[in-house]
Amino acid sequence: MTATIVAPATPQRRSKRASNNAVLAGAIILGLLALVAIFAPLLAPHDPETVVADQVLGAPSLEHPFGSDALGRDVLSRVMFGLRVSLLVSLAAVLVSTAIAVPLGLLAGYFGGLTDTAISRVLDMVLVLPALLLAITFIAILGPGSTVAALAIAVIYLPILARVMRSSTLVVTRNDYVLGARARGAGHLRVLIGHVAPNALGPVIVQASVLSAFALQLEAALSFLGLGTQPPTPSLGGMLSDGRDVLSQAPWVEIFPGLTIVVAVLSFTLLGEGLRRAFDPKGVAA
Amino acid sequence: MTALLSLTDMEVRFGAAESMASAVDSVSLEVKSGEIFGIVGESGCGKSTLANAVMGLLPGAAHVDGSAKLQNREVLGLDEKSLRALRGDEMSMIFQDASASLDPTWPVGDQIAETIRAHRKVSRREAKQQAIDLMTEVGIPDAASRYGDAPHRLSGGMRQRIVIAAALANQPKLLIADEPTTALDVTIQAQVLQLIRRLRDDHGTTVVLITHDLGVVAEICDRVGVMYAGQLVEVADTADLFAAPRHPYTRALLAASPGVPTESRRLATIPGQVPAPSDQIPGCRFQERCPRRLETCMTTPHREPVFPNEVACWNPEPLPAGMASPTDLLGEK
Amino acid sequence: MTALLQVENLVKTYPASGGLPFRRKRFTALDHVSISVDRGRTLGLVGESGSGKSTLGRCVLGLTAPDSGSVIFDGADVTKLRGAKLSEFRRRVQPVFQDPYGSLDPRWSVGRSVRESLDVFRVGTTADREQRVRDLFDRVGLNPALTDRLPSSLSGGQRQRVGIAAALASDPELIVADEPVSALDVSVQAQILNLFQDLQNDLGVATIFVTHDLGVVEHVSDDIAVLFHGELVEIGPADRILHDPQHDYTKRLLSAVPRPPLIGAGTPRPTTPLAHPTILPTSARTAPATDIPTTD
Repeated sequence: MTATIVAPATPQRRSKRASNNAVLAGAIILGLLALVAIFAPLLAPHDPETVVADQVLGAPSLEHPFGSDALGRDVLSRVMFGLRVSLLVSLAAVLVSTAIAVPLGLLAGYFGGLTDTAISRVLDMVLVLPALLLAITFIAILGPGSTVAALAIAVIYLPILARVMRSSTLVVTRNDYVLGARARGAGHLRVLIGHVAPNALGPVIVQASVLSAFALQLEAALSFLGLGTQPPTPSLGGMLSDGRDVLSQAPWVEIFPGLTIVVAVLSFTLLGEGLRRAFDPKGVAA
Repeated sequence: MTALLSLTDMEVRFGAAESMASAVDSVSLEVKSGEIFGIVGESGCGKSTLANAVMGLLPGAAHVDGSAKLQNREVLGLDEKSLRALRGDEMSMIFQDASASLDPTWPVGDQIAETIRAHRKVSRREAKQQAIDLMTEVGIPDAASRYGDAPHRLSGGMRQRIVIAAALANQPKLLIADEPTTALDVTIQAQVLQLIRRLRDDHGTTVVLITHDLGVVAEICDRVGVMYAGQLVEVADTADLFAAPRHPYTRALLAASPGVPTESRRLATIPGQVPAPSDQIPGCRFQERCPRRLETCMTTPHREPVFPNEVACWNPEPLPAGMASPTDLLGEK
Repeated sequence: MTALLQVENLVKTYPASGGLPFRRKRFTALDHVSISVDRGRTLGLVGESGSGKSTLGRCVLGLTAPDSGSVIFDGADVTKLRGAKLSEFRRRVQPVFQDPYGSLDPRWSVGRSVRESLDVFRVGTTADREQRVRDLFDRVGLNPALTDRLPSSLSGGQRQRVGIAAALASDPELIVADEPVSALDVSVQAQILNLFQDLQNDLGVATIFVTHDLGVVEHVSDDIAVLFHGELVEIGPADRILHDPQHDYTKRLLSAVPRPPLIGAGTPRPTTPLAHPTILPTSARTAPATDIPTTD
């Protein structure tokens, strides 16, 4: 029997293309932001922590395109360095969280029963606590700082990611090919790593990229409250807090870090939304 | 009997390019008032696309050409508002998956009453009473007490009855049923088919029944059209189709059907595969798989079986002695 | 000769959905079912939804543990197998599934799926396995050049052939096929049914063919077992069950199958409406939802 590949042009293709564009746009903006963050020490025109007395609340100029803040520090340079911290904290938090959530969700969804109950109940306990409260409690115990903020965010997102992994594992496990692999003699580990995990990972990746946007916001919120990154190290949240006091005289101190947060969050969301559509089972099946 | 639905050169294309072959390719047929007309074919043959085109249910990307007249009124190209007025009133459609056609959170009775009130000005109470009457009519025992049940409380067969009741709520002239029993168990299928036939007998509703199952056709249809790769290849009275299938594809499909009594346990198969809609094939679309292929078949398509008991084939299976085709009769005139 | 597979008094219940967790009733999927399959024979397991036919198939495959009763395969109780004995059993009893879309890992090439059990049991060298996969593709009527394809680029019939090749890879003695043709088009269905016949004739592998379709079962079965609401209502040689059914339910099932008449048989069979199909008395236990017949 010979095979004829049938590739009908379906409407799904078009939506797939649209989602590819979203992924691309999100990835490009994010890539640019990341480059700026990584190479901040080379790109920044000024030292972000140097106080210049005669530049206090200086308006945007060629020398200081984003103006300068209440201590005369260059806002552009501070935004660049702040972005560095914010991206690092939020990505690290989500990565750590995902790394723990994936195996937990996989085990809970695949084995079910007592394993599932045990894992799910513990995660539920984390989930019922309000995110910010949990983070503040965490920081109250361990003290403020970027690392602790990242850890707190990781803990907050752990149950969300684990749940996503668990439910997509449940769906994948129900497929006949998983049953078939077992019936063909494959052990649990082989089935989990070979079949279940690769097919169940999609939704988690999507969720993680969406959560990165929230992590960025949460990090900013914590720093805004003075619980995250500590001054004088610049952070986007901390800059918002600084800018609030001088909002009427020097709005640039507030606006530029704020805009940066918006753009970063937006690009994460674009990426996540695009990935979600790309992983949509209907799109895959076509 | 007059034609209730007449399709002329129905053409459905997906995608913009004019060069793209059609999902439905110049289908012409007439469905008589009060008959149960079967459209049979394998998946991808265009039977559902054809039905959805008539109902105006195709997505915007689809290009529909030709003409579909319901009681001499053109239904193709109507705007959404006129279509909505027509659907559920003059013509209704039911689908394979009854649970997907019902809102899971609504009481089933309300869903029927809703259809009534969408098209006629009646009070809530009247609509409810009519809905209960309809439920009784489609064979739901103790209809009044099932009125408030959510769909999941009913079995699959009962849900399909509810869907039929909702489709018939405004006594449509035409009911298009797309694989209405495919998801049901055979014993339930037999009951639902019996119900469809009884509704036709009692109300004179014309039914177009789309199915892949020749057994269902034999069970319930008066006439049948066979579709292959987007084209209508044969139209015949059901009895004639089974007694003497004329198109080689019809014959092959019948021979391949499990449950057809055969000499050996082995089933006949059709070699090769159905061509894709995008394949450009000069001549007959069945040519590659056809045992009766002629030179002509490779170059020239045989067009539209317009007359009843016609077949779109250059070299059809011969008629058994004693049977005459209408064209033969016409020729004698 | 003792039977290859002997299922005795199998009972399997599931918690019924709905109701409060602690007083939830149990739904009986299998109620003291006994069947046996001899080497090289094919048993058609027929029933409608909720009859327990798929549950029985899964119990035989050792994928579902029964509440009570035994599944004896070649003298050993399947429910008690562990470790090496269990994997040996897994090699000898293979499944074929209904859905050709869900039965193959979408991320694996179809060749890799077929090779899976060879990899698990470390049969021969890598080259041996590759050769065996190509032979299997040939055996089930697939072009061996297709081994590198993903399932998504194959048709439903081709995927089902891959599924059968995967089942044959470990040289099984029993195949449990759960509705293997019900998702396929009529003409493809015929090809797959013929393939099953060939495998029975050429390889002598015993088969349990689970289906709702009596029309299908007569083309492949030596014996037929009819299940209804978890109970075995009738079992016997295929010819006898199809032409001289004893149980009311079997008769009802047979008469409900819409059949196209024999080609060229003059006039088609008169359409006989099911005269008030009678519902069998269901026992007091929770039965699946049943349609109540219409009274006209």
